[in-house]
Amino acid sequence: MIRLEKRPQPSRAWSLATPLVAVLATMVFGGLLFAALGKPPVEAIRTIFWEPLFGEFSFYYRPQLLVKGAPLVLIAIGLSLGFRAGIWNIGAEGQYIMGAICGAGAGLAFYPLEAFYIFPIMVIAGALGGWAWAMIPAILKTRFGTNEILVSLMLVYVAEQFLASVSLGLLKNPEGFGFPGSRNLQAYDSAHNAELIAGTGMHWGVVAALIAVIFAYVLLNRHMTGYHIRLTGEAPRAAKFAGVNPARLVLFCLGMSGALAGLAGMFEVSGPSGQISIDFNVGYGFTAIIVAFLGRLHPVGILLAGGLMALTYIGGDIAQSNLQLPAAAIQVFQGMLLFFLLAFDLLTNFRIAIGKPEVA
Amino acid sequence: MKLTKLLTSAAVALGLAAGAAWAQDKTKVGFVYVGPVGDGGWTYEHDQGRKAVEAEFGDKVETVYVENVAEGPDAERVMTQMALEGADLIFTTSFGYMDPTINVAKKFPNVKFEHATGYKRAENVSTYSARFYEGRAVQGTIAGHMTESNIIGYIGSYPIPEVIRGINSAYIHAKKVNPDVQFKIVWAFTWFDPAKEADAAKVLIEQGADVILQHTDSTAPQAAAQAAGNVYTFGQASDMAEYGPKPRISSIIDNWAPYYIARTKAVMDGTWESVDTWDGIGAGMVGIGEITDAVPAEVKAEAEALIEKIASGDYHPFTGPLKKQDGSDWLAEGEVADDGTLAGMNFYVEGLEGDIPQ
Repeated sequence: MIRLEKRPQPSRAWSLATPLVAVLATMVFGGLLFAALGKPPVEAIRTIFWEPLFGEFSFYYRPQLLVKGAPLVLIAIGLSLGFRAGIWNIGAEGQYIMGAICGAGAGLAFYPLEAFYIFPIMVIAGALGGWAWAMIPAILKTRFGTNEILVSLMLVYVAEQFLASVSLGLLKNPEGFGFPGSRNLQAYDSAHNAELIAGTGMHWGVVAALIAVIFAYVLLNRHMTGYHIRLTGEAPRAAKFAGVNPARLVLFCLGMSGALAGLAGMFEVSGPSGQISIDFNVGYGFTAIIVAFLGRLHPVGILLAGGLMALTYIGGDIAQSNLQLPAAAIQVFQGMLLFFLLAFDLLTNFRIAIGKPEVA
Repeated sequence: MKLTKLLTSAAVALGLAAGAAWAQDKTKVGFVYVGPVGDGGWTYEHDQGRKAVEAEFGDKVETVYVENVAEGPDAERVMTQMALEGADLIFTTSFGYMDPTINVAKKFPNVKFEHATGYKRAENVSTYSARFYEGRAVQGTIAGHMTESNIIGYIGSYPIPEVIRGINSAYIHAKKVNPDVQFKIVWAFTWFDPAKEADAAKVLIEQGADVILQHTDSTAPQAAAQAAGNVYTFGQASDMAEYGPKPRISSIIDNWAPYYIARTKAVMDGTWESVDTWDGIGAGMVGIGEITDAVPAEVKAEAEALIEKIASGDYHPFTGPLKKQDGSDWLAEGEVADDGTLAGMNFYVEGLEGDIPQ
């Protein structure tokens, strides 16, 4: 008889091994799925994981990994702070949108002036936009005790309507022949978040993501606020006795994750994407939740997880094009990753025992 | 920093050379789709066009596609990837792919690009679109006759010229056969979202609409109309014949196959040039699906006569006298709208209620 036995202490080995085992299990079951669809399984897995990194055209895909991974890491770092303290910001997608709108709006307000100070102003506006949007659930929670999960999630849809509105009105390109969408910031030097070194994919958003990783690491391990965050998540009662102010923590965590999501949106709209349009957001804010958990809410883990997610996206597109795998199969594959991660997570706190329960 | 730059550009050059070298024997055609190939509408019809290219040229072509590609950097990456992998011709089938297409085309001067429904062209970028408003004129005529409540519902996708043109054309022709007709327009802000489209259809039906036109791609409004009973609909982008003979009483079918075959042929022959194509019923790019028996015979005959007149070029759906919604003059008696105005249309014609969302 197989049964689960609670471990006296969470297993440190399993905690580290879980992501790797989950990736391996995803490869195996993903391979079976692809085989069932009549596609060569090994070739498909190789295309997804190997081709972007070491394939013939990896000189193009490697920089793209940074472009795709940076917003995921930046947002996930912010989310992980709150998640550790049991504060659930599910609305990063909305904060990402608002950051992009504010950042792009600040830049376009100066058009066609060229000046060095425009981009920094856009960065600040982007962060503030995301921060302000996250303050709505934060203040509602601290003042009225509303549920931040629901409020932050619902505000995503409000932000999407807002995005549609500015694409069609306030920020619409006056030279766009009546079509929705803003001017392309890639064509506006002062506002363009260009690659810092051509061909490397390295733009300011990637730099910001790396800084955020270091910052979060220091905060969590060397700073009082980080200690409070961890304490609140692990032992809420103890945190109270230690003098943690829950309201301030909510404001800090939601504000921080909102600002980082806003920054991600701003760097995206001024760089790789280029313009505000109705379909500007592509789900980074939601995918970042997966990235945060895949990275065990640890800054370095998130960095690696962001890279892995980016890899499955880019590799997934290559597999679609080269092997004609349906997009839905790739999505199932990505879903498996989270599923297996959560499933194997069980082994951190439980162990599988075979035989009858011992009599104590 | 300089060294890195040098190395990268060398690598890019190598990659391009390699990409071009092994693509010689077969012509490789790439398709970038905004939705899933099984959407039963817009993307489905583009994929039918791709299959027609394969059927026409057999071993001489290889086609590849990527579906569900988000507009923006993802689209740019997918196009670049196709070009790197040796595509000779790439069809990018959504308006939002416009700037990405231009960006990638700059990097690959030897690859030809075809962008659907946009207005930016280059040496190696053509644009193409269909005059769907011709089909809308036919729908408007049928809808004006069929409505009992005199309320026609319209599910708009995005308030862009393409969609506004369709609303205007349908309204003008519904009004012509039924002066009491009224349009209720709901904006779904999506091209494909069955849940939202179903909601929009239900709202319109509750408001008394008994004919529903849609500019979104799923069959959800058809299903909603079927559930409601006495409501008529039209297939959009694809025939949607499975909902006939009622609620679906006709349809607009996008027929890209002839164009895709012609353009692929041009690449094979080396005669490809950058062009701006805007074809309608006459050229076969816009097809009208079978008008079912749920439509009275004389209405059907009237609609068919209209199709005939539009196809032959005897009649243009935007012929004066027409006024704008604000009452100002647009087209004088007998005057025909020019393509420039139609391409950027951002106003309603007189009689339509409500504002275009801003």
